[in-house]
Amino acid sequence: MDELRQAPWMALEMLVTLEPELLEIIGLSLQVSLAATLLAALIGLPLGAAVAVYQFPGRSLLTALLNAMMGLPPVVVGLAIYLLLSRAGPLGELGLLFTPQAMVIAQCVLITPLIAALTRQTVADLDRTCREQLEVLNTRQATMVWTLLRDGWRSLGTAVLAGFGRAVAEVGAVLIVGGNIKGVTRVMTTTIALETSMGNLALAMALGLVLLAIAVSISLLAGLLQHAADGRNG
Amino acid sequence: MKRMPTARSWMLATVALLCMSARSVADDNFIVVASTTSTQNSGLFDHLLPKFRAASGIEVRVVALGTGAALAYGRRCDADVLIVHAPAAEREFIDRGYGVERVPLMHNDFVIVGPDDDPAGVRDSGSAAQALAAIALQRSPFVSRGDRSGTHVKELELWDTADRRPASDAQSWYREAGAGMGQALNMARAMDAYILVDRGTWLSFGSRGQLELLFEGDPQLLNPYSAIAVDPEHCPGVRHAQARTFIEWLVSDAGQRAIANFRAADQALFVPRHEPR
Amino acid sequence: MAETRVPGARERRLPLQVNAVEFHRNGRKLLTGLDFRLEPGKISVLLGPNGAGKSLLLRLLMGLIVPDAGWIRWNGVSPTRCRHQLGMVLQKPVMLRRSALANVEFALARAGVAASQRRRIAQAALEQAGLLALGKQPAARLSGGEAQRLAIVRAWAQKPRVLLLDEPCANLDPHSTARVEALIRDIHAGGTRVILSTHDLGQARRLADEVLFLADGQLHEHASAEGFFRNPDSGKARAFLRGDLVI
Repeated sequence: MDELRQAPWMALEMLVTLEPELLEIIGLSLQVSLAATLLAALIGLPLGAAVAVYQFPGRSLLTALLNAMMGLPPVVVGLAIYLLLSRAGPLGELGLLFTPQAMVIAQCVLITPLIAALTRQTVADLDRTCREQLEVLNTRQATMVWTLLRDGWRSLGTAVLAGFGRAVAEVGAVLIVGGNIKGVTRVMTTTIALETSMGNLALAMALGLVLLAIAVSISLLAGLLQHAADGRNG
Repeated sequence: MKRMPTARSWMLATVALLCMSARSVADDNFIVVASTTSTQNSGLFDHLLPKFRAASGIEVRVVALGTGAALAYGRRCDADVLIVHAPAAEREFIDRGYGVERVPLMHNDFVIVGPDDDPAGVRDSGSAAQALAAIALQRSPFVSRGDRSGTHVKELELWDTADRRPASDAQSWYREAGAGMGQALNMARAMDAYILVDRGTWLSFGSRGQLELLFEGDPQLLNPYSAIAVDPEHCPGVRHAQARTFIEWLVSDAGQRAIANFRAADQALFVPRHEPR
Repeated sequence: MAETRVPGARERRLPLQVNAVEFHRNGRKLLTGLDFRLEPGKISVLLGPNGAGKSLLLRLLMGLIVPDAGWIRWNGVSPTRCRHQLGMVLQKPVMLRRSALANVEFALARAGVAASQRRRIAQAALEQAGLLALGKQPAARLSGGEAQRLAIVRAWAQKPRVLLLDEPCANLDPHSTARVEALIRDIHAGGTRVILSTHDLGQARRLADEVLFLADGQLHEHASAEGFFRNPDSGKARAFLRGDLVI
């Protein structure tokens, strides 16, 4: 109980004094997860939209697969990427293991299905409403994909945010492929895990509160951006 | 198309960020050391590595895993040096040609900690094996690492010495954690259980609760650490020259002195291999 | 959707031939025995009670669905192959989540108009519909009548030879209806052929040059507007004009 009471004060103190080590860790967390989210969005948004718009054999199977992969355990993804990037593995020559790049790759693999599945759902719903209208306006299928993505940008923004949330909160994948190396691949979640395992529970909880505060800030920021864009776009 | 420019500048920004982080990793003067969680958690590396870097310019990146994982990573050539404390497994690693040689670095010892009311009377045991036997007799809760770590291997040795391997139906009191030393200690605290732990981790462990150090000093509790350079014949890409530099420094007077000076709670956590001058 | 160069396409003449067309769904015959020919140049109105099959027929003419029997030809070409010459305003038009102007610009882009021209042409189209002042507003915020007019000029901006409208004034108040009908007349005067469906007798009287009366999936009568309203042939048409429910 004492740790619960200590933690918020420690969190505040950390934020106010802006310890360089803490800043480094926060910075890396954001870099890795933002990069991963961006890549995942670049792949997942068109992928999800295409699966929603195009008819092809095996479409329902692919949809089911995407939906199921939303629940990929991060540690499994981490292990798979580790085996790929390990020197003894197929991509060992790249020397990417225990680097932030590997962490970005692992998180990207983790959240792309999430973004794709949510996009597919949003676009499919839009498609139902809009398809006929777009058809009578002589829209090609490829253009439909892009048009529906644009029209659904608010829901898609939420999907991307959900992906980011999952990435910044996970520890299993980045722990294995990054190695939690001090000053190189240590992020907020792995630090929290480490401090917990060392029994520094108040500190771990404080870091957790800091992570939460960052996640909430980013979510609020996204909301503000959406609100602002509302006025411009219509 | 008002949103496109925003998206594009975002992408550029992130690519730039990625490139920045790439630069910091591309600095090639580093080695990867696979070690155990207990060694990491003791804080030894935080104490040693800056000294080594100042002396050699080589950055040491420590990946803390369990002993089993460290050896596996070494076998897969993902590490340049292993620092572990599992003599039998180390010997096998060398025999199989994965490592060059075992270089003894330091040792510390294991201790038995448990609830301060000590229901099994561990404090009065004559030896570590007897202590465990008493715990088994009382069926007092005991947390095992259960993960083939150095600590786990030592624990199994002790059970063998006491001739009482806990049977599979012992799950009511014998709990296999399958986790790192810190997690296992958290569990022991929560369950008021006994647990075998290396002194280094115990001294730096933050939340002891009702746990206390109850037994120490048995020679069988000795915990020797070695450094092993991954064999460049098995792993051509390994950074062998720098690995050797690191290991040589560790057993040099400077390194041994640094190990001897490492203290926590006013105690030296590790005893160096030889007396530094 | 390939562009087909049809002989005589230079003229703005697209005679419509519908031959023995049927449409089924779930084993029920929703349209049967549709057989007629429309010459270009008039405002043709598909008139009939709800459920008569007017929307279905318009969709068939547009090529959104294909008949289960018979065929449809625009100047000898099936609708799916001359889609670019056909425009349609759906019964419930869907606006893209952008401004009114952007919606029209979207349609222009789909019609292959160069990006530099789109803004200007879109503005002209909105002006025609009396919507220029609302150009930058999100299309979703337009009133029912405004949205309908926007949908019409959006489709019309693609410069189709024929504009099909499905119940363009359903749910509109008289004032909005008047504005929409004025717009339709303007479009027709500009040379675009108009085929619209309605169950509103008054609207048919106001707009039609010729009337096709449909009830329960069949074409009961095809006549000039004057002829139809003065002296309908079929019993169902007479009942409809009297104001009876045509079952």
